[in-house]
Amino acid sequence: MAKVRTLILRAPGTNCDEETAFSFEQAGSLVDSAHVNELVRGEKLLSQYQILVIPGGFTYGDDISAGKILANELRLKLGEDIQRFVDGGGLILGICNGFQVLVKAGILPPVENGKSQRLTLAGNDSNSFECRWVYLSVDQKSPCIFTRGISTLYLPVAHGEGKVMAEPGTLSELNVVVRYADEGGNVQAGYPHNPNGSADNIAGICDGSGRIFALMPHPERFIRWTQHPRWAREAPRQHGDGFGIFLNAVDWVKSS
Amino acid sequence: MFRVEVSVKSGFPEPRGEALQKDIRDLGIATAEQVRVSDIYLLEGKLSHKEVNIICRELLADPVVEEYSIGEAPLVAIEDEHVHDIEVAYNLGLMDPVEESVRKGILDLGITTVEAVKTAKRYYLRGELSAGDIELIRDKLLVNSAVQHVVTSQEKVSLPSAIYSFSLEEVDLLALDDDGLTRLGEEKLGLNLNELKRIQSYFSKLGRNPIDVELETLAQTWSEHCKHKTFKSRIRLGEEVIDNLLKSTIMRVTEELNKPWCLSTFKDNSGVIDFDGRYALCFKVETHNHPSAIDPYGGASTGIGGCIRDPLGTGLGSRPIAATGVFCFAPPDFPHDKLPPGILHPRRILKGVRAGAADYGNRLGVPIINGALLFDERYLANPVVTCGTIGLMPKSAAQMGRQQPGDLVVVVGCRTGRDGIGGVTFASAGLTGEAEAVSPSSVQGNPIAEKKLIDVLLKARDRGLYRRITDCGGGGLSSAVGEMAAETGVRVDLEKVPLKYSGLSYTEIWLSESQERMLLAVPAASAEKLISLFASEDVEATVIGEFTNDKRLKLFYQGNLVGDLDMEFLHNGLPQLEREAVWQPAQYAEPDFAPPPDLGDDLKRILSSWNVCSKEWVIRQYDHEVQGGSILKPLVGVNNDGPGDAAIIRPVLDSDMGVIIANGINPKYGDIDPYWMAASAVDEALRQVIAVGGSLRRVALLDNFSWGNPEKPDRLGGLVRAAQACYDTAIAYETPFISGKDSLYNEYETEEETICIPPTLLISAMAVMENVARAVSMDCKQEGDRLYIVGTTYNELGGSHYYSIHGFVGDRVPRVNPQRGKKLMDTLSAAMEKGLVKACHDLSEGGIGVAAAEMAFAGGLGVTLHLGKAPLGEPIARNDSILFSESNTRFLVEVAPEDSQRFEAAMKGVTFAAIGEVTKGDRFEVYGIKGERVVSIALAELKEAWQKPLRW
Repeated sequence: MAKVRTLILRAPGTNCDEETAFSFEQAGSLVDSAHVNELVRGEKLLSQYQILVIPGGFTYGDDISAGKILANELRLKLGEDIQRFVDGGGLILGICNGFQVLVKAGILPPVENGKSQRLTLAGNDSNSFECRWVYLSVDQKSPCIFTRGISTLYLPVAHGEGKVMAEPGTLSELNVVVRYADEGGNVQAGYPHNPNGSADNIAGICDGSGRIFALMPHPERFIRWTQHPRWAREAPRQHGDGFGIFLNAVDWVKSS
Repeated sequence: MFRVEVSVKSGFPEPRGEALQKDIRDLGIATAEQVRVSDIYLLEGKLSHKEVNIICRELLADPVVEEYSIGEAPLVAIEDEHVHDIEVAYNLGLMDPVEESVRKGILDLGITTVEAVKTAKRYYLRGELSAGDIELIRDKLLVNSAVQHVVTSQEKVSLPSAIYSFSLEEVDLLALDDDGLTRLGEEKLGLNLNELKRIQSYFSKLGRNPIDVELETLAQTWSEHCKHKTFKSRIRLGEEVIDNLLKSTIMRVTEELNKPWCLSTFKDNSGVIDFDGRYALCFKVETHNHPSAIDPYGGASTGIGGCIRDPLGTGLGSRPIAATGVFCFAPPDFPHDKLPPGILHPRRILKGVRAGAADYGNRLGVPIINGALLFDERYLANPVVTCGTIGLMPKSAAQMGRQQPGDLVVVVGCRTGRDGIGGVTFASAGLTGEAEAVSPSSVQGNPIAEKKLIDVLLKARDRGLYRRITDCGGGGLSSAVGEMAAETGVRVDLEKVPLKYSGLSYTEIWLSESQERMLLAVPAASAEKLISLFASEDVEATVIGEFTNDKRLKLFYQGNLVGDLDMEFLHNGLPQLEREAVWQPAQYAEPDFAPPPDLGDDLKRILSSWNVCSKEWVIRQYDHEVQGGSILKPLVGVNNDGPGDAAIIRPVLDSDMGVIIANGINPKYGDIDPYWMAASAVDEALRQVIAVGGSLRRVALLDNFSWGNPEKPDRLGGLVRAAQACYDTAIAYETPFISGKDSLYNEYETEEETICIPPTLLISAMAVMENVARAVSMDCKQEGDRLYIVGTTYNELGGSHYYSIHGFVGDRVPRVNPQRGKKLMDTLSAAMEKGLVKACHDLSEGGIGVAAAEMAFAGGLGVTLHLGKAPLGEPIARNDSILFSESNTRFLVEVAPEDSQRFEAAMKGVTFAAIGEVTKGDRFEVYGIKGERVVSIALAELKEAWQKPLRW
């Protein structure tokens, strides 16, 4: 069987590409990384991959607003390629800055041509960058293929603009995958469990097919037990919580 | 020109405004009811209204939460007399990275006619605010006049295009007498008479006067910043003559220990050690004090940025994998009305420095994993801002490269502007009351430009496209090219250097300290490949000259020879300084006050002191997890909020080896004796390495001295003693120094007095850990476990926090016996490697009391201690002295009862004793020498005391 191939998209200011690549390699995928210029110039072709990842970072400094400039680049220069990739059954994962990019590019939730984006990621309520660990509750009704078989996650966030805000009436249309919660799974626990004030405590969403998934927390920062903030005081586990997300993606491609 | 204002839609929360409102309240102004902030974009170029609409809708304004207006009128109607508006912009000529991004974003939309962009911020303050209130808010919070201004009229968007017409500027040096030379040295060059006479005689032999650029090159190359003249001077201290303090102390440790794993020390941009035979690690720590005093945000961001370029420019280039930040300020509650003119309030400096370091480090994706925050009123005018960076490279890239004659000089990265011209000579002179007026054009950082540069540079390294690399730091091209070409010679065509804007003279091009630039030596055959590789990731690489074999520095501008210096004279012509030093021990009497019967309140006061209290507010705003290597984070414990001793990362993701990063610093001891301050700092950095499960087997140290004016003999006397202690302590611990740096002249003169910072020595440690799974955190793990104290307690409270809260300094400063210390640390480390220790915390500020309290509340478990059981080095009759003594080389260790026998056997031969236990309760209890209870406090109360001060 052919190996699963994952493409990590880089742009100026991307900074979680190496650990994200490592996570996919650990999950059994071949991994390439490509600068956005290489895709725009056609030097690397999206069609040769089954998984596209937009990793964390501060693309173009997050100037104007987080992820905005790369979002426009994807929408205006690579829009057709990405649409073809999605139509062909490819998976897309956006992490942190990748979430911001996918939302602002109108890829997730998908925005019809000529319509305007109705969801955004705004500045954290604390007006601060927040680097802390959060508990996530996985919505079991979600079609997301990345979170199959997972009910809770404990992952770090590290962002200044992670607050999901939506135009009236749109929240109920979202495919929410993960919500911020406390250790007991209570999603109404408030700050700092919800580190940014996100509406409906949303930490990540997917499209209707479950193949495009994006979240603010960083699964690639918890694939091994020693990345847990309390690993030195708790009973060891084989993998970190984030590993399952990568494994699910790679396994899904293998089996489909 | 179009003016676009983007604001948050009404009814939506505005965190930026709310944060500012809080800052206004902190200023003592309670009447600001609402604060709103909007972003202003000024767009210059041939644009239609329709195009501007597209730019706003698709780029500048978020469709969900923001709205925009185009034109002159402010968006928010301000007919209300209770709304005051202030618009603030950066001064013209300062680089603003956002402008570059906006231009790119507009081009991506297919609109190609925008010629220039400028950004500003507009603040709307609603409430009963007097003119005085507004002025205070403007000056204390909104505008830093060193880099910004209030917009009062039409704002200029682009620099008026200036034309530089070449004329050769000769300086009539040969005609100057001693007075003239002295004045030239003091006012322009930062050189002394002796040095200028040497230069005069050099040119006199040549029979000509110097060109301005030659003189400036010499001044840069011979500056304190570049040459460390004080550390290399001939110092007379009483009967003793020290010829080159650096070589006879710090560097001597490295030379005598001669560790095979030290790959490159004291010659490259950072020190390099072997990590695992496959990879090498490098570490550099730099101060960025003076720029941070004037522009805290810009100073700290360029501090981090510059320090990251050091590892990048080490060997053939390394990838930055972690950063550190150690900052010293005046207390944040310093009264505003006592602030000398021209000085920024310490709270503002702290907030600015924190934001500058975080914004740069976070954007670059380099985790800031270790640091310290210290406070003393004497840092008021001279904050100490120290940034460190650790780099990782293949071992084969560890050594400095060597160019060959004919190789090309290539500058890569950002363009050159007037940034920071004169920064180096400025950093070598004290500040005056006119600090802000005389500041050089401030240097601004652009982290994304640096990230692009790093990404593509490492690709070029791996493809072998260049032979040598260095960074452009202080002194700009003059230092970088001058140093790189020392052994060969070079010719540079200055007009080839790409410029941000026109109008720069050849001298300005040569001296500019524009950030995010590196210098490469590239074989002619590789140049084309290298330039196109850089272009593929939108980074400029430009050939500006060629290395020669004539050992001369030759500068040309448009074909005119503008400089011609002999490399030998440039690098070795500097006469050694002669300096006088005196040392008189400080006279602080040991205090005599009745011991309080209950020590709980004092413990809380120490936990609440600025130096000891929780730094979580700072740490959470740093991305300390990026790159995925984190093993022990800066915050540990059951609620992820206890103070970890040292950070550990896994630099190579598929390996089990780790790197420990720690630091030691305690300026309070320096007031009594800088010798013991320095010894304590080395001991503290090493204690932290041991406390997290490391060993002394492979530990590299770095020194950063921030000191007063070394021309004053008493300051220099202290410096000599501190350096001597570095030798005595590090040699005994067998831990070599690999790099260091000094920042001198940290003094401030007002009309009445001179304020000198306390002698400040930061020791940073980088240790290789064989197996990260052996890491131990400081939080108590389980009730019923035993607590041991390891090490000997003396009556050493001089410079302690306990004396400090009672208003005393004291005389008996903590000393170090490094021979015994080495044995103790080796023994404890071996016991920890056997897995016998569940938690370990090093004892430093606040002694046993603070360490035990921190272990308790970090673990969420009670602790009971019996002071009578602590092994003492001398008779001590007071409970407070035992609880709060800051004697060095001590640890508190948690051991499971079933392991206690094995632990005790493993610790044979060193001083230790069981001193208490971990309890189920929520209480922290201490019993005195006679068995009386001297502390009994709820954990929550202790933790609150510790967390409250910096919960901003």
